[in-house]
Amino acid sequence: MARNKEKLVLLLDVGPSMHGVLSEVEKLCSMLVEKKLIFSKYDELGVVVFGTEESNNDLTTEVGGYQNITVLQDIKVVDGDLVDTLQKLPRGTVDGDFLDAIVVGMDMLIKKYKDLHKGKKRLCLITNAIHPIKDPFEGSKEDQVMTIAEQMAAQGMKIESIVVRGRFSRDANKGVMDENDHLLSIFSKKTHTRTVYVDTPTSLLGALKTRRVTPVTVFRGHLELSPQMKIKVWVYKKTQEEKFPTLKKYSEKAPASNKLATHQVKVSYEYKSVDGYSNSVIPPEQRIKGYRYGPQVVPISTAEWDAVKFKPEKGIKVLGFTDASKIKRHCYMKDVYLFIAEPGNTRATLAVSAIARAMKEMNAVAILRCVWRQGQQNVVVGVLTPNISQNDKIPDSFYFNVLPFAEDVREYQFPSFNSFPASWQPNDQQQKAADELVQMLDLAPSGKEALLPEFTPNPVLERFYRHLELKAKQPDAAVPPLDETLKKIIEPDPELVAENKSVFDALHRHFELKQNPKLKKSSRQWYQEKQSGSNAHVSGGQAVNSIENQPPVKIEKIGDLTPVQDFEAMMSQRDNPEWVEKAIKELREKILALLIHPDGEDKYQKAVECVAALRKGCIIEQEPGPYNDLMHRIRQYCEEKGIKSLPQLLASRDLTLISKSEAEDSNVTAEEARSFFVKMEPKPDV
Amino acid sequence: MDLDPEDVFKDEEDDLDNEFYHQSESSKEYVVYLVDASPKMFNTTCAGNDQKDETHFHTAVSCVAGSLKTQIISRSYDEVAICFFNTREKKNLQDLNGVFVFNVAEREHLDRPTARLIKEFDCIEESFMREIGSQYGIVPGSRENSLYNALWVAQALLRKGSIKTADKRILLFTNEDDPFGSLQDAAKKDMTRTTLQRAKDAQDLGISIELLPLSRPDSEFNVSTFYADLIGLDGEDLAQFMPSASQKLEDMKDQLRKRMFTKRVVRRIEFQIANGLSIELNTYALIRPTVPGAITWLDSVTNHPLKTERSLICEDTGALIQEPPKLFQPYRNENVKFLPEEIAEIKRISPGKLRLLGFKPLSCLKDYYNLRPSTFVYPSDQDEITSAGAQMEPPGMHMIYLPYADDIRDDEEIFPDTEEDAPRADEDQIQKAAALIKRIYVKDFSAFQFANPALQRHYAVLQALALAEDDIPETIDETASDEEGLTRPAVVRAAEAFKHSVYGDSYDEESDMGKEKMSEASRKRKAIAENAAKDYDWGNLADKGQLKNLTVGDLKVYLNAHNLPVSGKKEALISRILTHMGK
Repeated sequence: MARNKEKLVLLLDVGPSMHGVLSEVEKLCSMLVEKKLIFSKYDELGVVVFGTEESNNDLTTEVGGYQNITVLQDIKVVDGDLVDTLQKLPRGTVDGDFLDAIVVGMDMLIKKYKDLHKGKKRLCLITNAIHPIKDPFEGSKEDQVMTIAEQMAAQGMKIESIVVRGRFSRDANKGVMDENDHLLSIFSKKTHTRTVYVDTPTSLLGALKTRRVTPVTVFRGHLELSPQMKIKVWVYKKTQEEKFPTLKKYSEKAPASNKLATHQVKVSYEYKSVDGYSNSVIPPEQRIKGYRYGPQVVPISTAEWDAVKFKPEKGIKVLGFTDASKIKRHCYMKDVYLFIAEPGNTRATLAVSAIARAMKEMNAVAILRCVWRQGQQNVVVGVLTPNISQNDKIPDSFYFNVLPFAEDVREYQFPSFNSFPASWQPNDQQQKAADELVQMLDLAPSGKEALLPEFTPNPVLERFYRHLELKAKQPDAAVPPLDETLKKIIEPDPELVAENKSVFDALHRHFELKQNPKLKKSSRQWYQEKQSGSNAHVSGGQAVNSIENQPPVKIEKIGDLTPVQDFEAMMSQRDNPEWVEKAIKELREKILALLIHPDGEDKYQKAVECVAALRKGCIIEQEPGPYNDLMHRIRQYCEEKGIKSLPQLLASRDLTLISKSEAEDSNVTAEEARSFFVKMEPKPDV
Repeated sequence: MDLDPEDVFKDEEDDLDNEFYHQSESSKEYVVYLVDASPKMFNTTCAGNDQKDETHFHTAVSCVAGSLKTQIISRSYDEVAICFFNTREKKNLQDLNGVFVFNVAEREHLDRPTARLIKEFDCIEESFMREIGSQYGIVPGSRENSLYNALWVAQALLRKGSIKTADKRILLFTNEDDPFGSLQDAAKKDMTRTTLQRAKDAQDLGISIELLPLSRPDSEFNVSTFYADLIGLDGEDLAQFMPSASQKLEDMKDQLRKRMFTKRVVRRIEFQIANGLSIELNTYALIRPTVPGAITWLDSVTNHPLKTERSLICEDTGALIQEPPKLFQPYRNENVKFLPEEIAEIKRISPGKLRLLGFKPLSCLKDYYNLRPSTFVYPSDQDEITSAGAQMEPPGMHMIYLPYADDIRDDEEIFPDTEEDAPRADEDQIQKAAALIKRIYVKDFSAFQFANPALQRHYAVLQALALAEDDIPETIDETASDEEGLTRPAVVRAAEAFKHSVYGDSYDEESDMGKEKMSEASRKRKAIAENAAKDYDWGNLADKGQLKNLTVGDLKVYLNAHNLPVSGKKEALISRILTHMGK
């Protein structure tokens, strides 16, 4: 643990031009400390703010100069007070000099640790770098930066700069910004530096890695291209999901007076025989693992299993290269691995670089078979894609994604959108409206990508740590609402939506929306809006109600053979509103006729189908009257004739009155509708 | 704990615990494989896997066998029956001629597949002629109609279970496109009519009939002659049907595999494009890792399954905790407590729907933006249209779970501590690499052409044990690299050329050098160890049984010196040393 203790000094610009984003800086830094308090409790941290009215640092007292820089917190092991400090950053009054701040930070680290802990000392600068730094006494600014950078490298320090730009610095002097950017880039030539530019508060929150994970190799060894050609590589994880912290269970059984209570909960598992009468616990040594094979469970002891199980040899082999287009992006299965040449091995680096670049040129990918560890029980087949480094300091590398095996793929069949009838296909205007939407809702206009995953913090985790901090102070604190800045991650940018209002309006115009009556009944009560006719969105056709998708053959009369289909076709004939009225009327007649002359052995089946169709149609058209009328007549008829089966059939399919909640014009409450057929039951009809 | 609060990326089978109980009823599938066993199935052959001719009967049977094996693994709650028609012998409940229901002991006719069924079905071809026999069931002058009988038997087999809880299907394998072709007009008409009526009756009961036709090399299977009516194909479907039905076994297996899985929706979700404009979508898990089934603990004495009981015990008082306990996180020297509901509340950051944030060009989707298998979405409420065409990629959208900043690591940026730039390959080296890549180029690679060797092995072992067989069948590791191909002279030459351009002449030295450099510390250790190893008279100690008097450290010195593993307890170390000495 101790060897990984990080020593970090935060250098925060609190000058007037930074005030707009300081609340995000506060959140970001306190989050950093909150995470440190949980995951790396022994890390040490100091805080320096610059751009303050007063000056308070060692250098200004010792040598003078270094004005407007305040050491808010000397380097110390992280604790709760630090969170409080960082949550209330002072608002500065002058434009700070970030280079001075860097020097102050370095001075703190040097004084405290001398030249020990190489590589564990880190500076983190958050500034907008829009104000010029002071001219040095001698030499140029560049020379000065160069000297500092060299000193930094000698001391084994790293620096991470987060430069806040974009709309926070619109009216800044471009020349100064360019100069500052150039100065900062010098650092990256000399030392280990990470400089990121962020332009929204949201990405600022994601810009700083708030939790440091010590990288661990998954594999060290040869990447075998052929038996003769092997390259030494190290494999790391490139992405790994940061999980929600695993919380421990808390026991309240111990009396409050017991100060030593751990409140821990032990989870114990007992294995009992199922047969009921002997409720005995089976000791571990008497247990044996069983695997299902069809209806059987096959017992296998661990030793037996070890003898026969699949035991591949450790190693990574290239199975072949193939065209990049052969590998579909959605086939990637898991988190991603990173293959780099063995560090310090120049020729391996060259070999990786040559292959990566050749692959890039040929648009090829490699298929790999990997066994990371000896004794691993399975193999991994995946695809290796080149990663050409844009940074001169960083060697080329590969990314590796796991591909599915044949067993992992379920080949469900879906109808092709093109094979849908023409009435479901988008018409030109709809297509145009959708095209426009795609164009206007661009999140990456001219290279400025919004919501870049690298800078998008996980809102759930952010909320958890904030709640944790709140609870530490006040145990019954309510769950805080999601941070406004983070809303951008889960909701469309209101600005973007407002700018493109016309596009959305066009979309609304061209896509007539309908409620989906079928789904209203479903247990999941989404408020369901339904697109009728056709659909042009990228996702393709939406649920299309059968009523609208009949072939455009004019149906003018509801026949005896297929009354339901005829009715639906008629309802969908949009050229004249009279069709609807006619269809409803005709179907009503048909139903009544079917009641009086039941059709064949399935008796009322057909009538019930018609009733169902009529109900659906009437809800869509918001015309509850004719339908409810009919229902009353049916009830009356059944009561008179003593027909029991039909009401039961109707009730079983929920074909009751249309209530007010389904159609505005109805004067039937939901309660009434429900009890419509129930009411008649008490009347004996024998 | 999971960070996918809406379970969009969940698999419907994630709940392995529940699967045992609930999957059994709700979504079962009953399948009857109806295999034509007429002499024609044995007479016609087609080019098989390895260019050898095989009979259509063999094709159909091996197809069924293959699907049974998949079924027992992935959908073992489904029930199957295998039924031959146009047979000499008869065996069915109705005692109809020309229909033989194949079954094994301890199993109902329509039941879950068992290891024994698979084993005996695997060798059915050997005994088929002897025990079941092949014979035309429809001959002029007879009133027998074996196809009619077969459909009747199949329908009767599928009588079990309610249509609400189960999918019922008949899969019909045949190469006879005109079963009543040999008959005279009136009889033909009559039989055609009754057979179609029988099929329609079955379909009315909710049983779907699917046809897997086999074409003869000389004449293609003509669906429209008879079967189009039977399975209810018309218009465009009919046109699409035939190209998919092929004579090749591989295609047939493929077909069957695709039809074996019924689509299952993971969940239904609303996709909100703009305010007041949303689409209802179904999500499907098209790609999810298949793992060996869950372990069931057994009592090794009785082999009865055991029930696992989980109990929470307070460590302070030893009391049993009944209600779901609070959770806590140590923080700032105290325990911050959370109610389970609060955790759920924290995770619920948005209402359960998809919202459109905007669009980005595909180039923004980096190769490393991936954490989980993708989820496929397709508009819901679509009335099923089953097309028989072979579909390579379904239309719709794939959802990819992107990482957050917290999930991405920058490990490639760790190392450059040097002042020089990282080495880059020059043009010549890239050319040589490209030449090598061209030599090992696979033209038609498919992302999921490999079977998982570990899983194959797992089930091979299970099958052997379930049948109490002594030998475990060898499984082929399809992922093994093509050693032979890689030693082709052209490949070797290309590899050598590339190696030379990057490593110069000293490739082998380099690898040796690396080893030395790496092991400098360990070499020192080894040297010490070797010296130390000499200090003891190991043989003498071992003879006297005094090894146990040495410390583990001393023992390890010996093991190190002889390149033996140093893991395990002291007894293990001693026994390893003794084995090594041959004592």
